[in-house]
Amino acid sequence: MTLLQNLTPLITNLNALAGGLFLVASFGIVATRQVGDCLRYFIFQSICLAASAVLMGIQPYSPHLLAVGAINLITKVGLLPWLLRKLVREEVYTRREITQAVSIPSSLIIALMLTLAAYWLSRPWLNAAAAGGALLINLPIGLAGLLIGAYTLTTRREAVPQLLGILAMENSAFFAGVAVAPNLPLIAELALAFDILILTFVMGVLTRTVHEKIGTTAVGRLTQIKETASPHIEAAAARPSGRK
Amino acid sequence: MSVSILYNLIQVLVVMGFSPLAIGVLNRMKEIVQSKRGPSIFQPYRDLRKLFSKDEIVSDESTWIFRVTPYIVFVAPIFVTLLIPVLTNYPLFWAFMADMVGAGFVLALAGFFAALAAIDTGNPYGAMGASRTRMVGFLAEPIFLVVFFTVSFVANSTIPFIVQQKWVTPAANFFTPSHILLLIAFIMLILAEKGRIPVDNPSGHFELSMIEESKELEYSGRGAALMKWGGWMKFFVLMIVFLNVLLTPWGLAATTRISAVLLAIPLVLLKMLIFILFLVAVESSLAKLRLFRISEFMSAAFVIAVVAMITSAFAH
Repeated sequence: MTLLQNLTPLITNLNALAGGLFLVASFGIVATRQVGDCLRYFIFQSICLAASAVLMGIQPYSPHLLAVGAINLITKVGLLPWLLRKLVREEVYTRREITQAVSIPSSLIIALMLTLAAYWLSRPWLNAAAAGGALLINLPIGLAGLLIGAYTLTTRREAVPQLLGILAMENSAFFAGVAVAPNLPLIAELALAFDILILTFVMGVLTRTVHEKIGTTAVGRLTQIKETASPHIEAAAARPSGRK
Repeated sequence: MSVSILYNLIQVLVVMGFSPLAIGVLNRMKEIVQSKRGPSIFQPYRDLRKLFSKDEIVSDESTWIFRVTPYIVFVAPIFVTLLIPVLTNYPLFWAFMADMVGAGFVLALAGFFAALAAIDTGNPYGAMGASRTRMVGFLAEPIFLVVFFTVSFVANSTIPFIVQQKWVTPAANFFTPSHILLLIAFIMLILAEKGRIPVDNPSGHFELSMIEESKELEYSGRGAALMKWGGWMKFFVLMIVFLNVLLTPWGLAATTRISAVLLAIPLVLLKMLIFILFLVAVESSLAKLRLFRISEFMSAAFVIAVVAMITSAFAH
């Protein structure tokens, strides 16, 4: 036990480091052009989340959080990317998205503002809880990731990055959650992990259908909902991707 | 005190003497990665000897700025060497003159004169390169500032000799997010500031795409040698700041004995060799960015630096 106590500052710092890298990965999901890179950032973010859960499981010792870390690794680093790769055709991942609603440097600055807002918003909770080390890191970073994920949803126009935005929001909620409520029943975590997989599956099938019907996954162009093939969508499909 | 001055001189000699070697090793390793033999690692020394023995030609149209710039570019990194911990982890005789911000200012001054000199001769490529360098420079400026903010948040000081101890006492501090993120941002800054590969191609010979090198196109003979040597020394000094102040303060002389100081030389060079291997990996695996994507690279570095600052400012 003394060994663990000696390790406490190290574990706190490593957890903080996982938090910092988690935040950087959120920025990566907003700002990378290539869909495949976006997926890689999401995997990296999930690894950071699992690392944070495991570190908090070690000190203070809680088998619960270790299990949460393991579940996260299996579903989000293993199963989910496999499922996405399986469902959406490979050419989508190599494509570069160049029609973002907001340019990349501006997006990064906006995401930075959201991060500052998250720190500012979580300030009263942190003061009220007289927070211990982990909450101080995880709550604001989780909140920031949540906001950045929501921003990703609004600014990206490809289907897969939008899905990754939702999943990043879920990741962030988890990231804050492991610090706020470390003893959530394991069944809830399992259900959530399963939920994520189903969500990915549904979105993947949807994306695949969209891709087959209109030849692109740039869902930002789909501005009309009509059953009959509208000339607008056909024109969008006929044009080579990337030109507006 | 005289010992202190002597060690300062040794530091300057190390920076002057080994900076061409560092570039030679870097170039040779890149060629080896590309399955080529590459020039000898001592090629930069031969280049310098050749250039120093050649005639210098200066355009009649140029002003004194063109003539004086090589000396400023050459002296600025030497001046910075006096301020930073190259071999010792205690301040030497001249170290009281400026902190890290001051060192950055001196390097920026050299960059300013290099840009002026590039415009001075009226060569269109020079002006183009100068304006591009300024573009990269003004994007790099906020990153520099935020990095220094973070450093002063953590260490309550911008004196490099105080900063370098903060990251490792206690050793767990090494893993604070502000430290790691700061390192990432600073590496990106070095790459941009010295025109390494994702930002600029140092081995390219196509004037239209040059950023860093086109400022030296008009120089010949001694002027060219001084400009090149000054550029290599700046690179060396930036690596020293990164390695000795920000990354690993280990291996520096802690006592005033001459043997300790001399022993620090191979240790510092070893650290640098490892860092150069890392740079080779970065440069061999990335492609040069198009000019207008540089702002994305720099904004990524900026965001990382700001995250480093936020995580250190709010965590306590």
